[in-house]
Order: sequence, then structure tokens, then C-alpha cells
Amino acid sequence: MEIREIDAAVITAAVKKLFMDCNYFIGADIMDALTSARERENSPVGRSVLDQIIENDRIAAAEEIPLCQDTGMAVLFVEYGDRVCVANGNFDEAVNEGVRQAYEEGYLRKSVVDDPVFDRVNTRDNTPAVIHTKIVSGSKIRITAGGKGFGSENMSAIKMLTPSYGAEGVKRFILDTVCAAGPNPCPPIVVGVGIGGTFERAAQLAKKATFRPIDTHHPDSRYADMEDELLSEINKMGFGPAGLGGNTTALGVNIETAPTHIAGMPVAVNICCHAARHASAEI
Amino acid sequence: MTKKITLPITDEDIRDLRAGDSVLLTGSILTGRDAAHKRLYELLEQGRELPVDLKGELIYYVGPAPAKPGYAVGPAGPTSSYRMDKYAPSLLDLGLKGMIGKGARGQDVIDAIVRNKAVYLVAIGGAAALIAKSIKSEEILCYEDLGTEAVRRYEVEDFPCIVAIDSFGNNVYETEPPKYRTT
Repeated sequence: MEIREIDAAVITAAVKKLFMDCNYFIGADIMDALTSARERENSPVGRSVLDQIIENDRIAAAEEIPLCQDTGMAVLFVEYGDRVCVANGNFDEAVNEGVRQAYEEGYLRKSVVDDPVFDRVNTRDNTPAVIHTKIVSGSKIRITAGGKGFGSENMSAIKMLTPSYGAEGVKRFILDTVCAAGPNPCPPIVVGVGIGGTFERAAQLAKKATFRPIDTHHPDSRYADMEDELLSEINKMGFGPAGLGGNTTALGVNIETAPTHIAGMPVAVNICCHAARHASAEI
Repeated sequence: MTKKITLPITDEDIRDLRAGDSVLLTGSILTGRDAAHKRLYELLEQGRELPVDLKGELIYYVGPAPAKPGYAVGPAGPTSSYRMDKYAPSLLDLGLKGMIGKGARGQDVIDAIVRNKAVYLVAIGGAAALIAKSIKSEEILCYEDLGTEAVRRYEVEDFPCIVAIDSFGNNVYETEPPKYRTT
């Protein structure tokens, strides 16, 4: 079997570019959704807020500055080909070096503290990143990266539902979580939902769902319908842009699923603000 | 309608503000968020003097991104206000005139706003690059070791915000969403 060598510096450069790009340039899916929401929004304040968000995102892209000051904690989903060998370093260190360079040289905010409870001292380079690595067949590395802001992260929730809750129970928990978040997570939001797996797999799937473009659907039509139905229900809640009232509370709902245990039906809801930042690259 | 206010904000200015009003602020405001509030609060608990005088001031809950060369400040949008709810009543009782942030506040904060005839303003969360255009300069006043969380003084010009909770306790987060709720 032929092994492909990838220099650590190549990985670092790719990661650096991903984090700078995703913080400056909002995705076309989000911009399209903001623009069409602006047309449908029935609150004058809501329309004004959406105008400001759209203008903000244009300024950020034109001037290559972060669209939000919370440039997030660095999260990466990696598909790592099993025929790849990293030369001159190791993979996680190369990724963290890319994060370090992006946040320093890209004028991104360093928002990570070393110890969560007692010290809370800023690491001053936004490391360490949260890296989810899956080994796949092949000789490439595919990375989807995003800066996750914590205004919305803090509004997320997980619940170990059991099978008898059914689809109605799943929807109820998702809607309750969004309703409890209310005006706080910078609506209009993107709702990432992970269903199935174990406790931690559900949470990971929910995060992965927030990284999926919002103009896509779950491949199973039953979940795709659930995505549409939830989006419609959330937009009836009235929170609106910035939570100041209106019919645009969410831009998209993405569901990811996985097999689970006979006794379980875990559901995780990861809420993301309208600055839903992610970018992908293949090495 | 949009009201223009020149800072420092007066009691008359505050009395005339109503929840839902759009406001453009010009003058100087303080900044501070989680870590700075914790330190200020601990000093108050110990009965010690604060390193910054809050009387008559507005404090903006923000942790800006670094400024790119050629920029006065980096992107600087509001952070979620509820995390400062534990500390805000004490600061309002000390003479702080108002806060600028985003999102809902707890009843203790609303009570302190009414008690002190203060005001809670909100800026648009996630509009950091746009908001920064109205911030003309910055100076770090204290807690520089906190990096982005240091306490700064911003000079602002037509800084856009909305009155979320006025000095009478009217609260847009309570009154507005129900008007658009259809479930």
C-alpha cells in the first residue's frame, strides 16, 4: 500500500486559511437565507435588524475583518485518509498551529481560557482546538472547520429521551430548547440537531449539523420533513431578528442521525447564531 | 423615531426614553464583560474602591476582536447580557446609569433599573463590523491582563442601539415577540 506523506506545514496553512476565511466571509447559504427572510419579515424593527446584519456581513467580507467579535472556539471535523502520514510534525499539533496563526495574524479574538473553573486564564492564541477525527479510506485529508461563538453555544441542550417519546417527543424537546433560548443566541439562528448514538455522539452530531449548509436536507425524507416543520414552528414563536419581535427566528434546522441503543433516543440541540461560520478544504 | 443622545446621559434623557426607541449615542462609554464584572463585584464585596468610576456612565458589554492596522478598533458587537445579571444591580446602585448589551435580563436587574432610574440598551448581536464603524477611539482603563475583557473607554459617534428596558420597567423582550407569535 502506498503511503502519502503530507507535510505538517501544509496542514497548518490550510487550517489557518479556513479559520480566517470563515470569520470574514459568511456562506452563500446564510446570505441567501438572510436576504429572503428580509423580504418575508413582517416586523419593521425585524427588517431593520436584518438590513444591518446583511450590511455587516458585506462590510466584513469587503474589508476582510471578522463579521462578529466572537470569532469562536475552533472546532474541526476531519476525515483523515488511512494512507496519509504527516511528515515533520503530528496532525493535532499542525492543526493547533494553524489555529494559532489564523487568530494572531488574522486579527481574530482569542477567546479560550485554560482551566474552566478555577484559573480561567486566557491561552492568548485561541488554542486548543476541538478536533473530531474520523479515519476513512484513502490518501486525502478533508477538513470542515468553524469558529463557534458561545452566545449561542450556551443556549444548547441535550436530553436522553427514551423510545416511547417518538417523533413528537423529539420535536417538543427541540422546540422547548429554542423557546428557552429566546432572544439570547443572536437570532435568526441555525439549529443543529443530533439524534441517536450515545450521549456524546448525539452532541457531536448536533455540532456537525450546524456546519452543514442550510440549503441542504437530511437524506431520509422523514427527517427532511421534520427539518421543514421545525423551521416553520420556530418562526411562529415571534422572537424575530435580535429577539426584538418578528417572524424570522431561525434560518435553518439541520438534523443529523445515527444508530442508537434499544433503550435510548438521545437528542442534542446545538444552537448557532446567524453568524454560522464554517469552511471546508481537502488536502 | 430615532433619538440622538450626547453623553454623559442625563436623568432627563433617560426619563424621555421608552422601550423600543432607536437611539444614537455620541460621547464616551465604558466597556466590561464577564471577568471584569467579577473583579469589580469582588472589590465591592470587600468594601474596596473600584479602579474606575461608574457614576453617570453607560457600560457596554463587549469583548472586541483586535484592530486591524489602520482601524481605530476591531469588530465590537454586544455580548449576552444575562451573564452580568449577578453583578448589574450592585453597579446600578453605585450610580451606573445604564448598560448596552443584547438579550433578556432577569427580574433583579429590571428592579434595579427602575429603582435607580437607569436604562438598558441593546445593540444588534453579530453586527460587530458595522457597529465598530461608530467607535472612533479606545483607551484601556484597567485589567489589561484580561486581554479582550479589559475595561476600556470608547469614544463613539452615532452608536446605534435600541431601548430594551426603560426606566419605568417596560421591556421589549416581553412586549414585542407576543405580537408576532402565531402558535
